[in-house]
Amino acid sequence: MNKNYFDLIVIGGGPGGYVAAIRAAQLGLSVTLIEDKHLGGICLNWGCIPTKALLRASEIKHLLDNVSDFGFSVSNVQMDINKITKRSRDVAAQLSSGIKHLLKKNKVNVIDGFAYLDKKENEKKNVIVKLKNKDETLKLSSKNIIIATGARSRNLPFVSSDAINIWDYKTAMTPPKLPSSLVIIGSGAIGMEFASFYSDLGVKVTVVEALNSILPNEDDDISQIVASNFRKRNVDIKVNATLQSVSSNSNQVISEILSNGKTETINSEKLILAIGIIANTEKIGLENYNIKLDRGHIVTDQWLETSEKGIYAIGDVTQGPWLAHKASHEATLCVEKIVGLDNLHPIDKTSIPGCTYCRPQVASIGLTEKAAKANKIDIKIGKFPFVGNGKAIALGDSEGLIKTIFNKNTGELIGAHMVGPEVTELIQGFSIAKKLETTEYELMHTIFPHPTLSEAMHESVLDAYDQAIHY
Amino acid sequence: MSVEILMPALSPTMEEGTLSKWLVKEGDKVVSGDLIAEIETDKATMEVESVEDGTIGKLLVLEGEEYIKVNAPIAILLFDGDSLPLKLPSKEKKEDEINVQVVSSNKLKEVDLEVNVEFKNEVPPIIKENKSIKKLKRIFSSPLARRIAKLKNIDLTSVLGSGPNGRILKIDIESLSDNNNLKIENSLNINDNFEIVKNTTMRKTIAERLVKSKNEAPHFYLSLDCNIDKLLEIRASINSKSNNDFKISVNDIIIKTVSASLIKVPKANASWENENTKYFKNTDISVAVAINGGLITPIVRDVQSKGLMSISLEMKNLSTKAKEGKLLPEEYVGGSFSISNLGMFGIKEFSAVINPPQGAILAVGAGEQRPVVIDGQISIATIMTVTLSCDHRVVDGAVGAEFLSAFKEYIENPALMLL
Repeated sequence: MNKNYFDLIVIGGGPGGYVAAIRAAQLGLSVTLIEDKHLGGICLNWGCIPTKALLRASEIKHLLDNVSDFGFSVSNVQMDINKITKRSRDVAAQLSSGIKHLLKKNKVNVIDGFAYLDKKENEKKNVIVKLKNKDETLKLSSKNIIIATGARSRNLPFVSSDAINIWDYKTAMTPPKLPSSLVIIGSGAIGMEFASFYSDLGVKVTVVEALNSILPNEDDDISQIVASNFRKRNVDIKVNATLQSVSSNSNQVISEILSNGKTETINSEKLILAIGIIANTEKIGLENYNIKLDRGHIVTDQWLETSEKGIYAIGDVTQGPWLAHKASHEATLCVEKIVGLDNLHPIDKTSIPGCTYCRPQVASIGLTEKAAKANKIDIKIGKFPFVGNGKAIALGDSEGLIKTIFNKNTGELIGAHMVGPEVTELIQGFSIAKKLETTEYELMHTIFPHPTLSEAMHESVLDAYDQAIHY
Repeated sequence: MSVEILMPALSPTMEEGTLSKWLVKEGDKVVSGDLIAEIETDKATMEVESVEDGTIGKLLVLEGEEYIKVNAPIAILLFDGDSLPLKLPSKEKKEDEINVQVVSSNKLKEVDLEVNVEFKNEVPPIIKENKSIKKLKRIFSSPLARRIAKLKNIDLTSVLGSGPNGRILKIDIESLSDNNNLKIENSLNINDNFEIVKNTTMRKTIAERLVKSKNEAPHFYLSLDCNIDKLLEIRASINSKSNNDFKISVNDIIIKTVSASLIKVPKANASWENENTKYFKNTDISVAVAINGGLITPIVRDVQSKGLMSISLEMKNLSTKAKEGKLLPEEYVGGSFSISNLGMFGIKEFSAVINPPQGAILAVGAGEQRPVVIDGQISIATIMTVTLSCDHRVVDGAVGAEFLSAFKEYIENPALMLL
């Protein structure tokens, strides 16, 4: 066979692409992965991972601010934002080189360059790669191509990030110095994580959300607890508020916000745009094939195949939710389907957990109460606040709630919504429960270790059936 | 000590499979969890693990051997220091221990010959089976699937699981029970010229059973015309006294008549079980009911000891449950003889496919007025044509004929059933 022919070509090396390549190699396919910028994609280089390093720093700052609660007194605490961001960059770099090693170990052929789809010849599909730092192109072909080109942050028609006063996530992760004040447009996971980071470091933060609650995808009870926590920390939260215009000069940004029919002007040193993403579908040769898009994202069937046979799309370039773990799961499913493994099931969107790492943390899976009711599901709801949990009180971190929603007739776990200490680490318990299709019975009869935060999960389930012990 | 490694069931419906590859050879030491063989069914290939530690003493089947029955021994595992047992197990499937009085097939032939000569006095020995014994095969299923199946009265043994190792999931139950949505949900491809609808488990089961019946059971057919004028008269007089509490149908009377005929000719109340022929003492009559997406044969049991009213009520109840998809397995699994009645559609006569492992099925046509010759005179009578399909392995021509003539005698003179 031609040395430029592969069983599978993967375009993009993020958490969708590199997982697809490794899984395909494990299953015995010859695979080429083409990455234009950085292995690990946005997630690892400019998303999930470096922001967790930043939030670790702001969490330590919060602890330092409250050491007296634990019997300590410290003085002369110094903070260096450049050291904080450097640590975050080092973490990302360490992991990116790890991905390179994993791909090599699995004998994936990795090419640095920008790939686009060329016209089909017979059954083979061609991919042209413009090699990085060389004035050269390569022509590869395959029967199967996975597009995993990801997405980037969205701008507004009247304002784009300039990396000076108007920040996108990259600038927000590497600020040259701490601003005194900050306006964040958008209160999804990214907006709230930056709000948490900067406010804990002492920046005056204003969050502007167009919908009627922050973290609008979360259950209302959870959003309310997060909002009241941030307000107590002196973060200004404006809901039902839209950005009308922005102007900036050398030392400040002036934002015009329309809220409840009134226009208000906010001055801040910087502004972060965190209003969602757009898919990277340009210049990759989609026009050479019959590939359908919907609102900028590639449309696929439940097995991730696009409207063009043999061309697949996974991760942020396809339809949401736009989460790294969904991209990785799509990657393995897509490859296993290409190979023809048995017992595969399409992804159930109600079984994809979502996490936000602000303080307090938020994690959820499945339907919110509102969505369950809109779907006319007869439900039972359990709620347990962390104030009833011994471990949370011992940690000095007892604000939060675990809410569970069951189908009243079948006992199916419809949704679980959590806010509070380490809930992003707890949610997997409910993910497993959902995947194994437990009912309330198995959850109620599971022994949760004492004393742990996880006991609050148990109590929430018990509460749904009026059997909670500690509340 | 040694243990036999048995052919595993890879899915609830698997009956036999192919040992596609041995992953061990005789003399290999294995520990629990080691892969020992690859098993192939028509659906999948899976690996078999050893559940014990020991040494492979003997491989009892060859690589590539097909049609190995579930639970048949495929290898012998020796524990440390043991040697092979002197007597190797046969490769036949290990039958569940049941209390049977076995009739060897040779003996049965003799009996058959005898009864052909004088069948009135000789009834072959009946095999008794302890009803309470069921095969205890573990069915993998999720708790939620079990809960939903219970709520919807679905028998898990009839569900094909799509999870790992055939584990039954919520989606498998839901795709089964949403009969109304079946067509839409399972439409794989709709175009102007045709529509492809995914076959439901029920469709596949029907197909499998009928193909098995036509392939394995040598069918032959006997037809007879029955004058049902007296029956209609009696029915009208019964129903006129009912005060609308009940309404006996012609079909109810046919069920009763079939039962009476089977009691009179017990050799027609039989099923083929390869090594044995099973003669039923009771008349458990399966009645074909058309339901959305297929058909099912709920059973009116012990008809011989029931009156028309209770047969009628029971049949009505079973048929309602069948249409709602709420029949319990014990209400449709088993039965000794079947009736299929297409009279209500005006079908004059037809021949039905035997419902295996039963030995015969009676196809009932419409009762219609036809000219008949009685004592050299042409007159008009209500005639119903019935066709008996027999499995020749169990029911010979003479037995079938004897049954049909008993049926004709009873249905034309219902009062005889009072005797």
